[in-house]
Amino acid sequence: MATLEQNSFDQGLHSEQLRGRTQQVFFSSEEEENFLYPYGYEVDLGNRAEFDAAEMEISAINKKIRELMQRGHGHIVVKNPSAKHSLGVGILNRLNLDFEGSLGYFGVGLIDGPNVRISGRVGWSCAENMMSGTVVIENNAGSTFGAAIRGGDLVCKGDVGSRTGIDQKGGTIIVGGRTGAFSGFMMQRGRMIVLGDAGKNLGDSMYDGTIFVGGEIESLGVDAVPGELSDLDAAWIERKLELYGLEASNGAANMKKIVAGRQLWNYDNLEPSEKKIVL
Amino acid sequence: MTSMLQSLKHRGPDSTGFAMYGMPSQNQMVMRFKVAEQEDLNSGFEIHQQIKDRKASVDSRLKEIDATILNQESVTEYAFRYTLNHSGDIRRLADYIEDIEDAEILSLGTALELVKDLGDANVVSGQYDLGGFVGSHAIGHTRMATESDVDIRSAHPYWAYPFKDIAVVHNGQLTNYWNWRRTLDHRGHRFMSNCDSELIAVYLADKIDQGIDLQPAMEASLDELDGVFTYVVATSDQLGMAKDVMAAKPMVLYESDEFVALASEEVAIRSIFPHEIKTFDPYEGEVRVWQR
Repeated sequence: MATLEQNSFDQGLHSEQLRGRTQQVFFSSEEEENFLYPYGYEVDLGNRAEFDAAEMEISAINKKIRELMQRGHGHIVVKNPSAKHSLGVGILNRLNLDFEGSLGYFGVGLIDGPNVRISGRVGWSCAENMMSGTVVIENNAGSTFGAAIRGGDLVCKGDVGSRTGIDQKGGTIIVGGRTGAFSGFMMQRGRMIVLGDAGKNLGDSMYDGTIFVGGEIESLGVDAVPGELSDLDAAWIERKLELYGLEASNGAANMKKIVAGRQLWNYDNLEPSEKKIVL
Repeated sequence: MTSMLQSLKHRGPDSTGFAMYGMPSQNQMVMRFKVAEQEDLNSGFEIHQQIKDRKASVDSRLKEIDATILNQESVTEYAFRYTLNHSGDIRRLADYIEDIEDAEILSLGTALELVKDLGDANVVSGQYDLGGFVGSHAIGHTRMATESDVDIRSAHPYWAYPFKDIAVVHNGQLTNYWNWRRTLDHRGHRFMSNCDSELIAVYLADKIDQGIDLQPAMEASLDELDGVFTYVVATSDQLGMAKDVMAAKPMVLYESDEFVALASEEVAIRSIFPHEIKTFDPYEGEVRVWQR
């Protein structure tokens, strides 16, 4: 551990020691269980539990999920979430989590690993900052869907509000219907597939990443430009959609591809830590 | 409406308002007004007598302009509900009553009854005995005071003074408020507050007064009003919603053949539809109007 820590400091990856409540955890290949988040649990995906959340407060529901995971339940069904906010957030391990109903704002945000199914609708900022795993919504979704996600698949089979994938840094966002204005705003990496129409200013100020649209695009945003859809793109789209039982109505090969024009770029590709080494 | 607003208490517990639409009557008007603020009751030795004097002034002035009081209810010590018979100029009536110190007409119309006061939805609904109100539609607002005081005057919804039966609730900020305030001032309209939500109500009422239908009036507002906003407007027989082109303010909508429900958060709609229903966000620049 000491060597790894020293190495990371030598490479400029850490210039200060974090204090307070923030935890600094280093990966160690020598640890038996390998790396785990501080609040990640070892669960059995075949071990199912369910509870009714209709009369429960938000914090009680999240604590209940955590308790069940702590007891090893790897498949948790939450009935009647009643569109409450911030449910299922901060889950950092494998888990099959089913919500039978709708979620409010900030549902399943900050997750890293679980496979989530939501039978209803989700409000604003669903799966914000998601790192990995899958989230599948059967109904519609509100605005800022998948804001700043870094990985995983985030799927809404219905329509989605505005600013979908704002600040997206990785992963895949799939919209089965229409997406609203400013989708892909300041997108930095990752892919977005929209099977329906896209509102105005699609991909506005995107740095990188790719947006595929099956329907009409009302208008492109600043520095978002049409790209050339390759056979590889089409094959990837088809394979991805098949995973979630979706299909491009006019075929993946006929989708529009939008990428960054890279005219707004005024920075280099180096991370700050890399700059330190170079300079 | 009370349960919807109560479920949104976390958005603001300072005040709650209801704009409810009963069955309109051609010959009768309902006037809701107050002659003091709730907190006034805690200040001064004379306030109780002052309230009585102000109410007496209202009664006297109504008589002067040939408005007949058919029924009067004292809802709280400072808030009243009058049923009137009046065929004269509604603006003159409103101006004359509001000329009385601390008198404010909350609503005046054939169908609209606007109630707002400090406290959450359950408190206000209980205080004004709204549980038995029968009507066709209503809009409401629960408020956290951010840029103005915690008082009834600053609470939503806003009646479009002095146009009967038009009320608005709004979430957002208008950045060209003062431009439009001056324009509407010059057209002879009077504002009871400095709140941009009231401006939307007066703006729409002004359009309707010019003979423009509600839907095109609302569509024009998307171009003419600048800022980020989502608002809901109600008239005696219509309900409308508009979302600006940036779509930065939330709105969730449920629509069926029998029912329309809108709210800033789905949790409000779920408070009246606990079973699974299909809801959606209206899109940027979208205007919808429903007719009773």
